[in-house]
Amino acid sequence: MNKNRHVVIIGNGISGVTCARTLRKLDSDVRITLVSGESKYFFSRTALMYVYMGHMEFRHTQPYEDHFWDKNRIELKQAWVESVDFQAKKLVFESKETMPYDILVIATGSKPNKFGWPGQDLKGVQGLYSKQDLETMEEATQEGVTRAVIVGGGLIGIEMAEMLAYRQIPVTFLVREKGFWDNVLPREEAKLVGRHIREHHIDLRLETELKEILPDSQGRARAVVTSTGEEISCQFVGLTAGVSPQVDFLRNSELEINRGVKVDAFFQTNIPDVYSIGDCAEFDKAPAPDRKNIEQVWYTGRMHGETLAHNLCQTPVPYRPGVWFNSAKFLDIEYQTYGVVPPRAEDAQDFYWEHASGKICFRMRMDSEGKTLGVNVFGMRLSHGFFDQAIREKWTGQKVIAQLAEANFDPEFFAPHHISIQQLFLGEFGGDFRPAKKSFMQKLFGAKV
Amino acid sequence: MRGIEKIGLGLFLVGVVAFLVIPFLGSYSLSEEMVLAHTKDIHRDKMAELLAPMYAQEYGSSFSFLSAYREQFNPYNEGLKSQQLWDEVIWDDYTFPLAKAALQSPVRDSPWLFFGLSIGLAVLGGFLYNFRQYADEPTGVKNNGVFHSSMKNRGLLGMITGSLLILFYVVLYWFPAYLVNLVAMVDPISVFLSGNPSSQWFLYGLIYTLAILVMGVRMFRKYRGNRYQQLRTASVMFFQTAFAFLIPEILVLLNQPYFDFKNIWPLDYDFFYDYQISTFLSAGGVGMFMLIWGVLLIIIAVPLFTYFYGKRWYCSWVCGCGGLAETVGDPYRQLSDKSLKAWKFERWIVHSVLALAVVMTLLTIANYFSGFSLLGNVTNQLHSFYGFAIGSAFAGVVGTGFYPFMGNRVWCRFGCPLAAYLGIVQRFKSRFRITTNGGQCISCGNCSTYCEMGIDVRWYAQRGQNVVRASCVGCGVCASVCPRGVLKLENGPEQNRINELPIIIGNDSIKIKA
Repeated sequence: MNKNRHVVIIGNGISGVTCARTLRKLDSDVRITLVSGESKYFFSRTALMYVYMGHMEFRHTQPYEDHFWDKNRIELKQAWVESVDFQAKKLVFESKETMPYDILVIATGSKPNKFGWPGQDLKGVQGLYSKQDLETMEEATQEGVTRAVIVGGGLIGIEMAEMLAYRQIPVTFLVREKGFWDNVLPREEAKLVGRHIREHHIDLRLETELKEILPDSQGRARAVVTSTGEEISCQFVGLTAGVSPQVDFLRNSELEINRGVKVDAFFQTNIPDVYSIGDCAEFDKAPAPDRKNIEQVWYTGRMHGETLAHNLCQTPVPYRPGVWFNSAKFLDIEYQTYGVVPPRAEDAQDFYWEHASGKICFRMRMDSEGKTLGVNVFGMRLSHGFFDQAIREKWTGQKVIAQLAEANFDPEFFAPHHISIQQLFLGEFGGDFRPAKKSFMQKLFGAKV
Repeated sequence: MRGIEKIGLGLFLVGVVAFLVIPFLGSYSLSEEMVLAHTKDIHRDKMAELLAPMYAQEYGSSFSFLSAYREQFNPYNEGLKSQQLWDEVIWDDYTFPLAKAALQSPVRDSPWLFFGLSIGLAVLGGFLYNFRQYADEPTGVKNNGVFHSSMKNRGLLGMITGSLLILFYVVLYWFPAYLVNLVAMVDPISVFLSGNPSSQWFLYGLIYTLAILVMGVRMFRKYRGNRYQQLRTASVMFFQTAFAFLIPEILVLLNQPYFDFKNIWPLDYDFFYDYQISTFLSAGGVGMFMLIWGVLLIIIAVPLFTYFYGKRWYCSWVCGCGGLAETVGDPYRQLSDKSLKAWKFERWIVHSVLALAVVMTLLTIANYFSGFSLLGNVTNQLHSFYGFAIGSAFAGVVGTGFYPFMGNRVWCRFGCPLAAYLGIVQRFKSRFRITTNGGQCISCGNCSTYCEMGIDVRWYAQRGQNVVRASCVGCGVCASVCPRGVLKLENGPEQNRINELPIIIGNDSIKIKA
């Protein structure tokens, strides 16, 4: 192995940056360059919405101070890559400048999906993924927008709705499915989120799709037509029907690409010394039965990055994700999930508790023998470590619920919802444990359930 | 903005303007009786003689009155100094009591009217502005537009507010004679509580307490649905009103020493000063109790409570400085500097102040027990330096005046010697930590942005590490603003509290230490 080999990583999102940082941790000699056209310094993509809403300034989304990169000898190159010369092992930038590499890591992330809708490229029509998207959106919604339409009910869609609500722009939210995000969420959870969206005065239209976007004389969006034939006047259209790998600049090269860059379990592409990680990588074979071939969340990007860095420095191991976890926030309601809870339970049993407010709920999925497969929780926080262990060790549902007080990650003095959950579980499934008791301080000062 | 908020804001502004105008009202006429009544025995004759040309004159403003005073008084005193007749120099500053005595103004004649117009309207307006905030919105994080706000992001409004605060502190500490109208205005309240006329410190304590109460209401609204935030806000409101404001005044009414039972040395830096000790020792059982209580707080309560709950038990639940920072200062919490450089400065400065306070106190005590044979009045000079540089300039002018520029915990973070002491206990011997929830962090930065102590919380959260920091005051806002439920303030076993090389869970391929 060449001691001073040059690892070039295209993309400075969470995958690329984790890879670079971990490489440096494991090998002090390797030369590392992070390439990005989007922004010189790493920032947290998930925080773009907070910049729009004035919770933060852009600089706050940068997890490391500028001197961090120098100190760790990670070189930063701000430029857009036009193509890669895999034979000569070099990148060609838009400026026609080139950069040689010994090892190339493609971590270019995603781009918003556009499904060929008429008018999808008009002014005032966009997705929200990159820093540039944020800038365009800020400009497009500065003034003169009396209504916005968001197309596609996923996590970015709900963020966009919240952002526009901050600017007091009324939002119509077109969602193809019967319930909000119901390809992921079971019915009750989808309903809970739907109710909360409407509580925020967002005009949620379920089972409604976009037909076309109509232009005005200046080439700006002026209205959308929905699948029900209705024309909704609007000046801004958010396209948030998912994302797909951003690999167009690599197509028509010897690199094998399907939807994303094809990789094996070691992130190896069909070309030696070229790897791909994060949103843009597509596994030949899904890494686990409960995983997809393309993994598009923050946490998987981070794991890809650290696993590949390890493989580049030490004996390679295949990527093996552990118990699935994810989280999100729907306006004011936080969501966490651990393990596997698909919307429909086959050969499984569900325990579901919902608070009287209709804004807090807990679902536990168990197999036919009562072993815990996964949980969904809304409006309440649960411990990752606890459920990682419980699901890995296949605890019974009863054991999990009996110890739920330990798993509660809500701040001190919050209402002890785990007690109500335990009581309901005892009623429905029985069990030989007693519900937790409120502490003296909790009784005196704590919030009521 | 709703109607009631507009009315509230309007009333508040009227009150503030009235408060700023009141010092300029009325006129000043000095008489010999006043001079005799407000000067010490040893200065009485000389002062009466020096100020004689001012008698029966009417001065239209505090400026002309005080400049006339200086015209008469300064040449005499400076003359003594230049002749090095140190024993005859009049070191006492009589400007405040004489200006207050000489004041003739409508404010003095109808104090309640002017009190209502200024502080009263500001409090009422502030309350009306706050008490219905976010009523139409579901509970949740309320940080919309913080960085688009001129007030909260060092815009013009922030600059004006900061400048007014700084001006107020400078006048209060060093030129109180210009504030006698305001002080006279709150005389009836002071007389009611303690039986004594008001000083500038009573005025300050009253405003301070009312500000915490009004802005505490804002906290209740902002953190609706968040019991932790509401409880600790209620706690600081209670401790300020009862312990810092009312009880000391009532003690005076009962002929006992003025004493704040929750103020702890070395924040309460004059606790061991000779005159304080004399006061305690001359006040019988009550005085002795105060002395013992104060010492027990230092040697038992601080280590014990900090071991069990972290320094938050004091800094964000009890302390008066903390109380102001957490209520009035809350809109500015995001302005703290999170850089590594700021952290380095912080550690040097805050521990230097602690060292200075400790050395000064040890010298004072040694000097006291040696009957002042050890250092003579050198400790007095040390006291006046500390009082000026740390007690007034740092804690007051910078500590509060700089809220809109550097965030609401400048004093607590860089200056407070008690915070430094609590911090050392918290860092090395405590059950408190902020737990990170496995691998759920998305590095968004809300926690770091809203950390008033400038802790880069995200640095820890994103690598799955518990936050154990000397400076953390446990306000819990990082946990409140986290969109993914990653942070939790906890007291737990010391074992594994500090996980230096954490491994983020969720990846079974490899285990990489941070």
